[in-house]
Amino acid sequence: MVQHSRTIETAETKPKLAVWKFTSCDGCQLSLLDCEDELLQLAEQVEIANFMEASSVQLPGPYDLSLVEGSITTPEEERRIREIRAQSRVLVTIGACATSGGIQALRNFAEVDDFIAAVYAHPEYIDTLKTSTPASAHVAVDFELHGCPINKRQLLEVISAFLHRRPPQIPAHSVCIECKLRGNVCVWVAHGTPCMGPVTHAGCGAICPAYNRGCYACYGPKENPNTDSLCHWWQQELGAEKATVIENLRNFNSAAPIFDVASRRQEGGDDQD
Amino acid sequence: MGTFLLDARDLDALIQAIRSQGHQVVGPTLRDGAIVYDELHAAADLPHGWTDEQEKGTYRVLKRDDGAYFGYAAGPHSWKKFLQLPRRPVWQAQKSDSGVQILEIQEAVPNLAFIGVRSCELHAIAIQDRVFIGDQYANDSYAKRRANLFTVAVNCTSAASTCFCLSMDTGPQVTLPSDLAMTEVLEGDEHYFLISGGSEQGERILQQLPVQPASEHQVALGNRAIDHASEQMAEGPRNFDSSDMKALLYRNFESPAWDLVADRCLSCANCTMACPTCFCSTVEDSTDLSGEHAERWERWDSCFTGDFSYITGGSVRADTRSRYRQWMTHKLATWQDQFGSSGCVGCGRCIAWCPVGIDITEEVTRIREMEKQ
Ligand code: SF4
Ligand code: SF4
Ligand code: SF4
Ligand code: SF4
Repeated sequence: MVQHSRTIETAETKPKLAVWKFTSCDGCQLSLLDCEDELLQLAEQVEIANFMEASSVQLPGPYDLSLVEGSITTPEEERRIREIRAQSRVLVTIGACATSGGIQALRNFAEVDDFIAAVYAHPEYIDTLKTSTPASAHVAVDFELHGCPINKRQLLEVISAFLHRRPPQIPAHSVCIECKLRGNVCVWVAHGTPCMGPVTHAGCGAICPAYNRGCYACYGPKENPNTDSLCHWWQQELGAEKATVIENLRNFNSAAPIFDVASRRQEGGDDQD
Repeated sequence: MGTFLLDARDLDALIQAIRSQGHQVVGPTLRDGAIVYDELHAAADLPHGWTDEQEKGTYRVLKRDDGAYFGYAAGPHSWKKFLQLPRRPVWQAQKSDSGVQILEIQEAVPNLAFIGVRSCELHAIAIQDRVFIGDQYANDSYAKRRANLFTVAVNCTSAASTCFCLSMDTGPQVTLPSDLAMTEVLEGDEHYFLISGGSEQGERILQQLPVQPASEHQVALGNRAIDHASEQMAEGPRNFDSSDMKALLYRNFESPAWDLVADRCLSCANCTMACPTCFCSTVEDSTDLSGEHAERWERWDSCFTGDFSYITGGSVRADTRSRYRQWMTHKLATWQDQFGSSGCVGCGRCIAWCPVGIDITEEVTRIREMEKQ
């Protein structure tokens, strides 16, 4: 669904772009650096006010467009995301961490204190939250760009759209549509390979099925997904183990509410947070 | 005119004759465990000795014990991908001193030749013709691709279990015009094609081939092979009476069957993408970073997406129940009011390529039965 959001105000000066990092691997910011040629073009259009991965220059807010990478996992991050929201006209989250908790949201299904005790020699130094959550659980988000990592073509599309006040062309339909547009042979139907494509948000261009493997949902849930029906067919007809089903729901977007609920249901646990 | 016999060993002569007329030949070929449509350079590119086994939500290729070239049914691709491109640029625009300049897209359109078009597929192309060029609003890109199309139709001699052209009155025998029509016959040690021309261009190609007139007996063998496909469908589980589809679906727009199918349907859109008649597309408008350059692209769309029925405030068809109902009612009922024919040709693609095996013929039966309750 394409949603209009608050548009960037016209100003004599160039709009200010800021890129923010929370709990994440930096891969999505790298997608922006990876734009190379377009990055120079971008620098002509905007003033890069904060992008630590690229430059140590840090200009004060307010910012016209903030790109937020990473999930919220510490009390400090809870505070910081609110501050950034208050300083940003448009706030766009990028990547699986920022849009649905990322891999680190696996902690939501276990006791984080047990992880800390197992990993750190001095657990008392660690100040972390029990959950990893998307930015949208804390502040209003104007647009979510999915993917682990995001695709740079889509990132440029979103930036161009917000700069020029038009809806971004980022369809929320299934990966299957991209798969069919590409002319792939469906790995599910023709090979019996479990594929998350039918419940997964488009954006990658159906890369995995193009290489004869199943989609593993790195773009998170599509609009109107039916995980129950997919999980049923995987187990009854494709012979997938329950553990495989749960692993696929909990790859990179386990805190996306649809996948969270579906994976808990598969576990036979309760549906509560 | 008349029916001629082309030895199977000479099939390549047909493909080369068509290529020599400047056509880009496309047709069935084996790739990634399926028989897809792609460019063919020689008869050896055809799925020689292969067949398929299809059921709800499954498709497998298998070796045949003979060397048939066309011994399989409809696969994952349909010809629409060559005529209604999955994605295409519509126009570009450039900001200039004098305002906005629209730049036309110069498309290099190949002279296409389709080899191995089945009867249901000729019907599907005829249906898309009505949509794209049959009325005052023509799709130029489709019209250009369609204009120089050369078709070699092939009668079906074996049906997949998902096929139901018999119920839709669209096959298995080729009845619509094509440039050439063939029937593959494998009888004892003999392997040949019965071939006849259906257009001047087809006749011209035929004259270049090492053919001889077919005997009555050979023609009878060809007909028997086609009857075999009819019998398979008549005896199969998907044979049904389609004469009252419009009335049935118009009466049952609130059938509880829609809720049942919505529980299973993924609203993934595979059925509409695989369907040879589904014609819906959307346009995507975008700019570059500078805002100096804009483009409009057309891309296949489906009534199974939320964007499809999105208007200010949200999607008209937000849930799967309404999306599935739209698709099936359009295919079988409203299409008749809109274009004067059914929108379904019974190829069975939507049945095989639905990941969760939703079967349009089974849904018809369910609606019928639930109405009686
Ligand atoms: S391979 Fe996966 S993504 Fe592609 S059509 Fe099949 S189920 Fe959908
Ligand atoms: S609705 Fe299904 S069976 Fe009918 S033409 Fe389309 S894909 Fe083929
Ligand atoms: S069934 Fe849906 S996708 Fe197919 S032509 Fe009708 S509205 Fe379009
Ligand atoms: S009927 Fe099958 S193929 Fe069509 S949208 Fe539903 S699940 Fe997907």
